[in-house]
Amino acid sequence: MDPHRKRSIRLAIALGVAVVLAGALIYTSFSAATEAQQPSQLLASGKQGKSYELTGTVAAGSVRHQGDVLLFRVRDRTGSASVPVRYTGEIPDPFREGREVIVKGALSNGQFVAERDSLVTKCPSKFKKKNSQ
Amino acid sequence: MTTFGRGLLIVALLTALYAAFAALRGARGGGREWVVSSRRAIYALAAVLTAAVIVLESAFVRSDFSFGLVADNSSTTTPTFYKLTAMWSSQSGSLLLWVWVLSLFSAGVLFATKRRLREIVPWATAVLAGLATFFCALLVFKVSPFTSIANPPTEGAGLNPLLRHPSMMFHPPMLYSGYVGFAIPFAFAIGALAVRRVDAEWIRATRRFSLIAWTFLSIGILLGARWSYSELGWGGYWGWDPVENASLMPWLVGTAFLHSMIVQEKRDMLKVWNVSLIAGTFTLALLGTFLVRSGILDSIHAFGASTVGGWFLGLIAVVVAGTAALIVSRLPHLRSERRIDSLLSREAFFLLNNLVLVGLCFVVFWGTFFPLISEAVTGHKASVGPPWFDRYTVPLAVALVLLSGIGPLLAWRRVTLAQVRRLFAVPAAIALVTLAGLALFTDASSSPASLVLFTFGAFTIASVAGEFWRGIRARRLVSSEGPGTALLSVVRRNRRRYGGYIVHAGIAVVLIGVAASSAFNHQVDVRLVPGQSADVGGYHVRYLRPTSSVSNEKLAFGAVLDVRKDGKRVALLRPSRSYFPSLDMRMGPIGRFFGGESTSEVGLKAGLRRDIWTAMQPDLSALQPGIRAGNKQLANAGPKAQAFAIAFLATSYQQKSPAATFRLIVNPMVTWIWLGGIIGLGGALVALWPSALASRRRITSLYAARLGRELSRARA
Repeated sequence: MDPHRKRSIRLAIALGVAVVLAGALIYTSFSAATEAQQPSQLLASGKQGKSYELTGTVAAGSVRHQGDVLLFRVRDRTGSASVPVRYTGEIPDPFREGREVIVKGALSNGQFVAERDSLVTKCPSKFKKKNSQ
Repeated sequence: MTTFGRGLLIVALLTALYAAFAALRGARGGGREWVVSSRRAIYALAAVLTAAVIVLESAFVRSDFSFGLVADNSSTTTPTFYKLTAMWSSQSGSLLLWVWVLSLFSAGVLFATKRRLREIVPWATAVLAGLATFFCALLVFKVSPFTSIANPPTEGAGLNPLLRHPSMMFHPPMLYSGYVGFAIPFAFAIGALAVRRVDAEWIRATRRFSLIAWTFLSIGILLGARWSYSELGWGGYWGWDPVENASLMPWLVGTAFLHSMIVQEKRDMLKVWNVSLIAGTFTLALLGTFLVRSGILDSIHAFGASTVGGWFLGLIAVVVAGTAALIVSRLPHLRSERRIDSLLSREAFFLLNNLVLVGLCFVVFWGTFFPLISEAVTGHKASVGPPWFDRYTVPLAVALVLLSGIGPLLAWRRVTLAQVRRLFAVPAAIALVTLAGLALFTDASSSPASLVLFTFGAFTIASVAGEFWRGIRARRLVSSEGPGTALLSVVRRNRRRYGGYIVHAGIAVVLIGVAASSAFNHQVDVRLVPGQSADVGGYHVRYLRPTSSVSNEKLAFGAVLDVRKDGKRVALLRPSRSYFPSLDMRMGPIGRFFGGESTSEVGLKAGLRRDIWTAMQPDLSALQPGIRAGNKQLANAGPKAQAFAIAFLATSYQQKSPAATFRLIVNPMVTWIWLGGIIGLGGALVALWPSALASRRRITSLYAARLGRELSRARA
């Protein structure tokens, strides 16, 4: 076989493999992904038992410890709808009422039961105060 | 003083603008003096920005709270070391750091290329000055680090306690030096494209800068991992967080560039690929800065929404579109006459390694930006978790380890099968012995991916060792040196090659550590009261007693843990949790000492075979009645009475034998990650170290060139 032809065949095979791999990657990313929902969305259309990523702020006065279990409510960033969350695992250092959080889990009887260690708290932006002009 | 700082930034902006203008003028035939002037303008820029950094740093040291940045990120009780490094814990301070490092690097590279690359340098200067203009404009018009406060507070907010860790203080400057360092080869690539001088000259001139940038970025990433492991209370070092990924992506593509640029130097091939890789690396570095600062992705690092996102997107768009247009318009010049002769050659394996690295970067990129992609496609924001990343990155990382053991041993152009057998017989045998040993005597086979990685890691380390051995043997044949001296002279004669080998071994060690610690760790979360105990991974951990301490900076509640194996004490660990007082007076005079930021202090016993990692979360509910009573009764009391009350509460915590939640992890071989990092750093330093031989060669060639010129002049 002449070398030019050989090279094009090689290139075609390499490109084919790359396309198949990229396809697999893209396909699985859609099937493996967890949808992010705000409390109001979750209350309106969340399915029981389906895994979601709940985002919002920790409602004021809602944090309670019950042994190992952490109970709190996540509220819409703007709005008042909120969902009770039952969480176990590591509590990130910046976790506090009013902070923005992301937590993964599923709805069960009106309560959002979180996966272990799935709580993410955003770094507080309160370290930027307003008094500097 | 803030006005002076602002003035310095305006001068810096004008200097950068002038440098860009003069460089362009010089590039377009305006004469040599314009080029010289632009170079001097860059030196001036570096000086002015250094002055601005000094002004800001001295304000931090003096705790001058009329600086908004100082009041927000420092306090009188902040230790001096953290005062000095608090500058980059804010957005404007870290942008100042960015452009300052850029100006230093730019000045350095222009000094080094003063008498070289006459055509390329003006364009490269223009690119670097353009970048500096962008960042200076950002600092002057958008986010000033020199905001002033009319009525300065007597005390500042203090540094975010989470950031109070030595590695966190070095992590941002290292990362930024890496990001910024890649601007240098990028600028020279653009210059080379602009003047159509696309041989390997621009690569040779900036090779050292690429390597320095890569080294800084690597150290930055490892320090970030180290911080996460020893400061955050979750016990991991990597979580596929968007901002971690942001630093990994330029590292992956930059690593690919470091390899493929050797192919262009030696074989004059892969030119389009190389300019694309360096442009990709730099774009990803900008993207990294942008991701941290924009808050478009949900990450623990996203410091709220920021105002500079749009500016960065604009810059990234200009860089991508400009580079792509330039590459396309120069395609005829970038064609190479050479082809890859055989799949069994060093260039073929370098290309394969490049594909794996770029593939890895694509995986990370896709996963990181998936929330935005899925929102665009399906209308719903969704994200992929660590398992998705692992599914693709693990096989690619395994392939990478294998390739890093094969590639460097192959010759350029073509290798015969007989040579392959000779080169790889011993490493392959060692790998097989390792595989058999691990499968028979350990439980490593419960994680096939890790077992394969250990095997390939052994192969790579063995093949690197073999290269050293062959080099020493060859040296001793021609000289009468002993083994040690022979090793030194072999390495000294070819620093880049042997430095590279050491880096490969280091990375194999890092990945072995990653595989072992992620596949074979044991973790329990338990709630214990003093006297109770728990078992984890063959260790018996007993909660001996609670501790508490009070200082003027923070309150700490901790535990003393007795760790035993087979009845023998292995370690006495003291995890604790620190509470930094809040400035929010609504929490009450006593409550504010408990309601502020808190951080976990990890109790760690590190070892080559395994780490015992512990963190705790005290249950302070028993103190609540006391805190409430204190808030009521001491509302108008002086600080002395409050301090007494807090000391009393801290002591009473110890007497109440309180429950606490513990996370206990037995993590095998985490230390290997840090050790591998140190080995890799050593290798990079070997490769970077100025070689006496090379400078002698350079001087000789300079003399030869001058002699040639004089001779030809004499003849004419």
